[in-house]
Amino acid sequence: MADKQHTPQRGGIWDMFKRSSSRYSMGGLLLTGIAAGVIFWGGFNTAMEATNKEGFCISCHEMRDYVYEEYKDTVHYSNRTGVRATCPDCHVPKEWTYKMMRKIQASNELWHKALGSINTAEKFEAKRLQLARNVWRTMKKTDSRECRNCHNFESMDYTEQGRRAVVQHEKGLAGDKTCIDCHKGVAHSLPAMYEEDPSAAIGQ
Amino acid sequence: MMKKKLYIGVGALAGLLLLAPQVMAQSDVVTSLRGHTAPNEDSRVPMTRRWQRDRDPIERDYVQQPPLIPHSTKGYRINIKFNKCLTCHSWSNYKEAGATKISQTHFSDRDENVLANIAPRRYFCNQCHVPQMDAKPLVENTFEPVRSLKAHH
Repeated sequence: MADKQHTPQRGGIWDMFKRSSSRYSMGGLLLTGIAAGVIFWGGFNTAMEATNKEGFCISCHEMRDYVYEEYKDTVHYSNRTGVRATCPDCHVPKEWTYKMMRKIQASNELWHKALGSINTAEKFEAKRLQLARNVWRTMKKTDSRECRNCHNFESMDYTEQGRRAVVQHEKGLAGDKTCIDCHKGVAHSLPAMYEEDPSAAIGQ
Repeated sequence: MMKKKLYIGVGALAGLLLLAPQVMAQSDVVTSLRGHTAPNEDSRVPMTRRWQRDRDPIERDYVQQPPLIPHSTKGYRINIKFNKCLTCHSWSNYKEAGATKISQTHFSDRDENVLANIAPRRYFCNQCHVPQMDAKPLVENTFEPVRSLKAHH
């Protein structure tokens, strides 16, 4: 029984965790652990931030040639104040937990990149309504959280808005409306909208 | 002898080429699209105009005038997939948007058949309905609406 403690080779990985160290000092282990933690955590965050940049988004032609080109024609790209919202500002949540969830979801996008699901303009156009609906659904569910990082009802000066905008925004604030309910297609071309609103498109 | 004639000929031609622009400039001034800006100067950038902001509906000046658009339509798209104007002005949307609904006449094709949705020939709103800019009229206009269309004062 007693010589069990003197056979360090025994046991699996779980035993290694339970066993006390006989060689290294407590302080040394602690400092090494902290240093390794900082490096790994920092590295992880750096890598994640790198995937959170516009340059990363448009490193695939699917994004660069279709949606990015459309966005360049909109107010979120170029406007009188010179403030620009880039891809991750609208499409990746700011809070860590939601950001991680979104990043895990993005693995599905990698899978479809490998499949080539939208690797031509025609394929992309055929899927545009489905893809747009995914984004609309998410934004509806989160009460347009990413819009509100910049556009906040509380920070809005209604007197500076157009007379139609005032009425609509007050109605929206009082009701259960969220940004995306009205502001669809502000940064990208809309899909064929006949299914969404038959009165606002020519359909077949 | 031949050489001398050639020299005179070339000289005369060169003189003509040098003098011709001045002579032409004196006789009549030709204005190019650049205006009077010299080719080595930057052309004057035309003043940028702004679309008029939101305002009340604009009165019509004659019967059957397509109503003018009393707001900016910047960024509005009209294509086969989607018509931005109709998201507020269609019959299903005008009430919620507080907008003017499109006229009933817009549902008929050219043979007067009434369709279920807006007729394709009426689909391109900005073919007749136009937003306004802060531009002054280029020429004087003394047009007066008929009395029946004038606002009562």
